[in-house]
Amino acid sequence: MNRKFLLQSFSALTLAATAAFATPAVAEDGTIKVGILHSLSGTMAISETVLKDVALMTIDEINAKGGVLGKKLEPVVVDPASDWPLFAEKARQLLSKDKVAVTFGCWTSVSRKSVLPVFKELDGLLFYPVQYEGEELERNVFYTGAAPNQQAIPAVEYLMSKDGGGAKRFVLLGTDYVYPRTTNKILRAFLHSKGITDENIMEEYTPFGHSDYQTIVANIKKFSTGGKTAVVSTINGDSNVPFYKELGNAGLKATDVPVVAFSVGEEELRGVDTKPLVGDLAAWNYFMSLKNPVNEEFKKKWAAYAKAKGLPSASKPLTNDPMEATYIGINMWKQAVEKAGTIEVDKVIPAVGGQQFAAPDGFTVEMDPKNHHLHKPVFIGEVKADGQFNVVWKSPGPIKAQPWSPYIPGDEGKKDEPDSK
Amino acid sequence: MRKILPALIGLAILVLCSPAQAFDQATATALSVGDSDTRIEALNKVIAAGDAAALPFLERLIGDSVKTSGDKVFVVDGDKAVDPVTGKPAELPSDADDVVNSNRMRNEITAAISVLQLSSPDRAVRLVAAQSLQSGDADESKLPLVKAAEAKEKDPQIRDMLGQVEANIELTSSDKSLRLAAVKMLAESSSPNVKEMLSSRFAPDGEADPEVKTAIAAAIKSVEARLSRYELVAQVFTGVSLASILLLAALGLAITYGLMGIINMAHGELMMIGAYSTYVVQNLFRAYLPDAFQFYLVAALPVAFLVTAGVGMAIERLVLRHLYGRSLETLLATWGISLFLMQLVRTIFGAQNVGVENPGWMSGSVSLAASLVLPYNRIIIIGFSVAVLGFMWYLLTKTRLGLFVRAVTQNRTMARCVGVPTARIDTMAFGLGSGIAGLAGVALSQIGNVGPDLGQHYIVNCFMVVVLGGVGQLAGTVLASLGLGIVSKFLEGVTGAVIAEIMVLVFVVVFIQRRPQGLFAMTGRSAEA
Repeated sequence: MNRKFLLQSFSALTLAATAAFATPAVAEDGTIKVGILHSLSGTMAISETVLKDVALMTIDEINAKGGVLGKKLEPVVVDPASDWPLFAEKARQLLSKDKVAVTFGCWTSVSRKSVLPVFKELDGLLFYPVQYEGEELERNVFYTGAAPNQQAIPAVEYLMSKDGGGAKRFVLLGTDYVYPRTTNKILRAFLHSKGITDENIMEEYTPFGHSDYQTIVANIKKFSTGGKTAVVSTINGDSNVPFYKELGNAGLKATDVPVVAFSVGEEELRGVDTKPLVGDLAAWNYFMSLKNPVNEEFKKKWAAYAKAKGLPSASKPLTNDPMEATYIGINMWKQAVEKAGTIEVDKVIPAVGGQQFAAPDGFTVEMDPKNHHLHKPVFIGEVKADGQFNVVWKSPGPIKAQPWSPYIPGDEGKKDEPDSK
Repeated sequence: MRKILPALIGLAILVLCSPAQAFDQATATALSVGDSDTRIEALNKVIAAGDAAALPFLERLIGDSVKTSGDKVFVVDGDKAVDPVTGKPAELPSDADDVVNSNRMRNEITAAISVLQLSSPDRAVRLVAAQSLQSGDADESKLPLVKAAEAKEKDPQIRDMLGQVEANIELTSSDKSLRLAAVKMLAESSSPNVKEMLSSRFAPDGEADPEVKTAIAAAIKSVEARLSRYELVAQVFTGVSLASILLLAALGLAITYGLMGIINMAHGELMMIGAYSTYVVQNLFRAYLPDAFQFYLVAALPVAFLVTAGVGMAIERLVLRHLYGRSLETLLATWGISLFLMQLVRTIFGAQNVGVENPGWMSGSVSLAASLVLPYNRIIIIGFSVAVLGFMWYLLTKTRLGLFVRAVTQNRTMARCVGVPTARIDTMAFGLGSGIAGLAGVALSQIGNVGPDLGQHYIVNCFMVVVLGGVGQLAGTVLASLGLGIVSKFLEGVTGAVIAEIMVLVFVVVFIQRRPQGLFAMTGRSAEA
């Protein structure tokens, strides 16, 4: 606790110092300021740093083509240091001091919840690029990651299908915090609707950073003797490695008990021994291994950018789902500003709805005209030995998001659009 | 069952002798192109034909080295492509795509390979094939081949296994006597799959005959009894395995804190340095000695010990030496050192976790029964912690250094009076404790993540073990880690991981309140000192 506090106050100090010297409060003529709010230090830095880089890459690209409305974009990067209250502070700084036109940022649901009041109060605009648990619809936020019906539910449907192994029993395994708990609540209700009773569902949570999965794997093994079983994992962070290792050692193969994960992607598998994971599944809306011209170009651009900027990942440049979502978000905002002819938030918000963009996932994705969520295709991939994914199932086309899950009681009557101001 | 067997064998042989369709382009295409259903249909045709010529291709198929372009199929070897039937080199078109196998396809292909391998002349190959058929779900389509193989089989072990496989399949047969025989056969099994299969016969569309039903109920009971015994053994094993890790992590602290009285908050970081030493040795082996890669872990042990012992001795000489007798300052200073070490590692290796691979002999498991599987890495770590414990016991009780360490612990002034170089002994003892932390780091790198904050996860547990066992008592440390390991694993089984962790902490707090001196109290004058 104390240690964290010390580190945070130190990084906050340095940041405050740099901020004071670096950026002038008012945008120079000819530029539009764009905020980037991702943790560059602390526990989430591993995942969020690349999102900052991909955002800068997209902004460079837009500037090279002449910018937006004839003006260049000027990125303002801040570091909320994986500290949830600091997210709110930094968001306030971006909106009231730097006067950014739009902000791209946040990863965990906690950080998003932390900045929400600020964006509402100061009428800002946030693009959130990560899959999340739904149950939210805000006028000031556009969600370019997946809602549960664009990731979790298709994945479970796949596991129940013949090709997915025809699972009859499910283990819902997660890290103990809001995203896994909410997702599992939705999944349990969904499974009930498919006639799967409570005795065929096992729900388990582990603390953050848990590393001894012997008992849980033994329990899964025992549970799997009751019928064809599949594991739905919402384990987050580096706990995944001991979990998969233990599965491999206990002889639970993906062909017997498949594991589908919602938070394991290309970047998370970097530096992990993937041999024991081969055949396990992940559900996302984009995989680096997708074969289409837009994706080839996206990968090429990213590799070139990583090399040019000397990023630590340049030797093995990887793309992943939240990176793609960030890329789509920035481009859609640009298109919306061009349509509205202004960067004024109140005029841009209605213009974002209905925007279309040829995305690296191989489809022309569309922002829903009303509910602020992207229509996204769903892919289910199997881990290969090289840390990439083989797509074994894909949705026929983009799916509309349901931020209010029909499987959560009380959500039925909720409007599929945010309240107006 | 025996009566009809010959008839069935005859049938099987008939099937086998029917004009064996040789493996050709069309079959290869049907196996690789299309959706899972049509591919499985093609696969079943191959099985029905008992076409062993398809074996090499199926093995390539499951090894993900088959590509297709339109209707053409290629087997890929590195960057060369060959025709699957003729084996002649072929030009790989640029639009060739990998054949993707879902888990269902993989199951089916593996079963097909096993069935075809049953006719292999090599006993080992047949054994593996029979084992894999027994644990997988073989279906009706494989029955003729299995029967034929059983009839030909000379090896009793393999024949028993094949009998089980047949029983699995025949459980749904329309012949009542066949079913009864199958149930009897299955009652001998200790596989959880069998229990599942038997229980599923109680479903409404399952068994109708009352006689068979009672036989099934009895069979389930006997399988269950066997399963629950194994389960208990497995639970004790996981408890002991957790205990061995706790013990390894706490042994070094038992010296630095237990014997020397230094509250060493940097103990976890010393383990982390041990784990990173393993990582460095691994990379060196990969770069310079790829042939001996399997043994990098053995080489990592002395390296990690020496590196961490060196770091520990430097800490003692430079910082702790000046703080003896001021425990609060020691605590703060070592905490500062732990921050410093973590940041240092972050600067050198980066903030992300690094990958430490298990050598071949550390992965996999020994299977004592279908439901009792003990992973090698856990067994080896249990053995390793016992070895480290023995090494420490020997050092402390049988060597001169150990004698001096104990003398200094009991009465520093007196020891100095009789000529023990106390300052040097302090350095050596701290170095020894640190080195053992390094050894623990090597072990931890094999089961968990290696990252800069690896030590943070273990430091609380280490102190818990040492305090619970009684400060300064080696036997106490051993008992405390065993107790904590087994209790927390049993609790986890009942309440789940989150609650179990809380309950163990509460238990330790209450215990320490009732018995502040821990399990084993120090006796004699030093206890009051």
